[in-house]
Amino acid sequence: MLTILFDGIAYGMLLFVLACGLAVTLGLMNFVNLAHGAFAMAGGYVTAVLMNRFGVPFLATLPLAFIIPAIIGLVLERTLYVRLYAQSHLDQVLFSIGLVFMAVAAVDYAMGSQQQLIQLPSWLQGRVEVLGIQVGLYRSFIIAVCSVLVVALQLILTQTRFGSRLRAAVDDPRVARGLGINVSAIFAVTFAVGSGLAGLGGALGAEILGLDPTFPLKFMIYFLIVVTVGGTTSITGPFVASLLLGIADVAGKYYLPGVGAFIIYTLMILVLVFRPQGLFARGR
Amino acid sequence: MMANASPSSLTVEKAAALLGRRARWRWAEVLFWVVAAATLFLWPERHLILNEIAIIGLFAVSLDLILGYAGIVSLGHAAFFGLGAYVAGLFAKHVTGDPLVGLAAAGLVAGILGFATSFLVLRGADLTRLMVTLGVALVLGELANQMSWLTGGADGLQGIMMGPVLGLFEFDIFGTVAYAYSLSVLFGLFVVARMIVNSPFGLSLRSIRDNPLRARGIGIPVNRRLVAIYTVAAVYAGIAGGLLAQTTQFVSLDVLAFHRSADVMLVLVIGGVGYLYGGLVGAVIFKVLQDVLSAMTPQYWQFWIGLILVLLVLAGRERMTDRILGLWRRLTGRSAKAVDATRASTPVPEVQP
Amino acid sequence: MLRRTFVGIVSAAAVTAALGGTALAQEALKIGLILPMTGPFASTGRQIEAAVKLYMQQNGDTVAGKKIQLIVKDDTGVADVTKRLAQELIVNDKIAVMAGFGLTPLALAPAPLATQAKVPEVVMAAATSTITEASPFIVRTSFTLPQATVPMAEWASKEGLKKVVTLVSDYGPGIDAEKAFTGAFTSKGGTVENLRVPLANPDFSPFLQKVADAKPDALFVFVPSGVGAQFMKQFVERGLDKAGIKLIGPGDVTDDDILNGMGDVALGAITTQHYSASHDSPENKAFVEAFKKANGGMRPNFMAVGGYDGMHLIYEGLKKTNGAGGQALIDAMKGLSWTSPRGPVSIDPQTRDIVQNIYVRKVERKDGELYNVEFATIPNVKDPVKAAKAN
Repeated sequence: MLTILFDGIAYGMLLFVLACGLAVTLGLMNFVNLAHGAFAMAGGYVTAVLMNRFGVPFLATLPLAFIIPAIIGLVLERTLYVRLYAQSHLDQVLFSIGLVFMAVAAVDYAMGSQQQLIQLPSWLQGRVEVLGIQVGLYRSFIIAVCSVLVVALQLILTQTRFGSRLRAAVDDPRVARGLGINVSAIFAVTFAVGSGLAGLGGALGAEILGLDPTFPLKFMIYFLIVVTVGGTTSITGPFVASLLLGIADVAGKYYLPGVGAFIIYTLMILVLVFRPQGLFARGR
Repeated sequence: MMANASPSSLTVEKAAALLGRRARWRWAEVLFWVVAAATLFLWPERHLILNEIAIIGLFAVSLDLILGYAGIVSLGHAAFFGLGAYVAGLFAKHVTGDPLVGLAAAGLVAGILGFATSFLVLRGADLTRLMVTLGVALVLGELANQMSWLTGGADGLQGIMMGPVLGLFEFDIFGTVAYAYSLSVLFGLFVVARMIVNSPFGLSLRSIRDNPLRARGIGIPVNRRLVAIYTVAAVYAGIAGGLLAQTTQFVSLDVLAFHRSADVMLVLVIGGVGYLYGGLVGAVIFKVLQDVLSAMTPQYWQFWIGLILVLLVLAGRERMTDRILGLWRRLTGRSAKAVDATRASTPVPEVQP
Repeated sequence: MLRRTFVGIVSAAAVTAALGGTALAQEALKIGLILPMTGPFASTGRQIEAAVKLYMQQNGDTVAGKKIQLIVKDDTGVADVTKRLAQELIVNDKIAVMAGFGLTPLALAPAPLATQAKVPEVVMAAATSTITEASPFIVRTSFTLPQATVPMAEWASKEGLKKVVTLVSDYGPGIDAEKAFTGAFTSKGGTVENLRVPLANPDFSPFLQKVADAKPDALFVFVPSGVGAQFMKQFVERGLDKAGIKLIGPGDVTDDDILNGMGDVALGAITTQHYSASHDSPENKAFVEAFKKANGGMRPNFMAVGGYDGMHLIYEGLKKTNGAGGQALIDAMKGLSWTSPRGPVSIDPQTRDIVQNIYVRKVERKDGELYNVEFATIPNVKDPVKAAKAN
């Protein structure tokens, strides 16, 4: 029972790391970026290539799995995405799906279509018993990393000058600009961080979710579910939603295997029907 | 335009005349259908892909009805397409092989699902609608997988035997009858769709799309209209799915897959949203591109499709659609005044006070 | 807009005309190879295409005095596209043989066409037992799932395993494997508990927890080859290997394509299948070496060997008919036997299914790489489902 809960939390946390970048771009910048998974994939491949070809240890690859997608994100934001902020959601959807197609084919071309596998260091493998529950070490690691991220993100958004500028820039870009805030620089940095987080999520998730060129398409739906269910105006919303979905999914599959596959979708539809803005929408 | 004139000065006759003018067939439209019919005789070796184009075209017209005319974005339109396909397939297998009856059944069942789920898309902004429609399609896909005793599951629905169309024409291996059949159904339904969008009902939909609040203000029953058009679109999508099942005599889980919904969206957008022909033009361009590209690079054709999409959006999809529409207007000889802003636009996300 | 449409149509027509023209000039025999080259099953397509091309490179592109022209098409793993492509290849390109077919629905969709047009359909990958019954023109060079699974059940009961949990992906082939194993194992007196995992399922933890709770002697697993790696890792992560639960199953889970990347978690998994890249024979050594050389070190897997043997079957059939296709070709294919990289194989004249050795293998480290090392052989296994029907 508690093991199931633990697994659900770990799964939810992983979903959160993967999706929180999307929560930032979608929720804060109001940009529907379906290519989010492509940045996650980039992070995963950075880790896989560094580990398998250059023998870099797993932990050392994680910062790079953040930085490289962040740089890619920054470049793309400056050159392409920036032109699309003002356009309709439909345009954004099409543009980012186009990017996904290109990313999938390009990675397929460069890396081949097979699964990329990584070897965790031995201290992250296996499981230990804590208070009578069997706990997987790697899952504990994910939970720890993710918790740090949540707290850090929340603090940045609410306590720092950057956070308040970002919120101002989102709420009313014109007024923010008038106040001397460099809105486009803030958006660029935010986008880069969002992409970097996705990359980190991809690197952490490669072990559990697998990694191949179709990754962005396979998991796009999960990211979107997390963000829409959580509501797109805060970090805590998607966080709680990730946990809920993770636990519901794992527990549902354990206790009701016959209907396990439906649970996550049905939950999403129900939430959206009763709370169209998501569970934790800020009352704007 | 309609809204500009005050109702008192606009007599019933004037309104009828205006509507009549909108609904008149232009010679370019006639030409379009003549060309389509001509391919039936001039290009026999490509009937199979033409059949697929006609089906996707109908599917895209269905999406245009809700996206282009009512402003409802959907990433789960395949739910109705797939349901129609399964109904048509099962109907042929267990009830009768007559194609037209099966098609009616496919449309009916899909319409019922459309009506039932339409209430889910009434609320919420773009993103919520995208996700709810997507969710419905995913649930349906999973259902079809689980109910393998009925649907054949991942193996697909086997053993569909179709009777001849109208009791006369047997489906042949060259796809000629299939294409003629699909094209006729497409044409018939297109004429109906054209009537719908040019009717007062269709005009009220556009006002809802452009400004739901004001539409409600001038007394349009917004929700009822949206339910109605969503249901109609579901019927269309169901029939498109039914055509696919009947002409390929095979249904697989794939008819409900996410990429169907995404593809039809791409098709519609490539051709242009909000003037019905966009779906058909998009279907031609998309399929021909896919065919040519995948013949050249079977592995990486998706890259080029993606690149085209990105460029399309960057180049200003709306401007291009406008240009096509401008050309269209010149060809059809419509005065600029008589054409409302049929721009490809989705509603601005609802701003909440 | 109309102009645009025309440009599209005309250019497409030009491409078709060009293709048709060159082909006619050479009097080529065309083989349509329809595979999933994009999408989640792209690696299947990649392996088979590579093997087919390797075979043609090794054996020349002329058979019975005719030039062989290969036309590769991507069906993206979508059944109605497969059917349309097959139909176009038959009608427009007048192909003599169609081949490939990565998944069961993709192989079944064009079956009526094969019958109608009398074009042999060589199935190189799809593994559901019923496929060859869908048309008298279908012949298979891969394997059937029950063919690989029933020997597993027999081996398990011989090893004294009493209680087994099965864990399969919830779709056609998974359910086939579950049925075949459960039937064979319970008939030998064992007990089986069944678990099914949704196909789109990234996290196996709830199911593995159930396995841990059930404490079986062994866990029988069938998942599509791509997710096999994740499964293995989570199996070990949960400590099920240390709890003494043996991991058994048909060879999909330890696919040669990705086995080496799985790392030590895969060690000790026992599977039954028809092909391992480490199969000890001169034919296989040559095949593996040539395949790796031609494809940048990629290791051939059971898909590749299906493609390679499929081409061999087509070539040998055409030699026997002197280049004629249709009924003559399918008749010529029946009963052919040869030594494949996987060992001796033949085509059952009654069922048109392949008859081959099934090997029991264990994942071991060999020359620094992980391989499925064969340690027992069950010779000349026919598809048990059809064999049972015949009796």
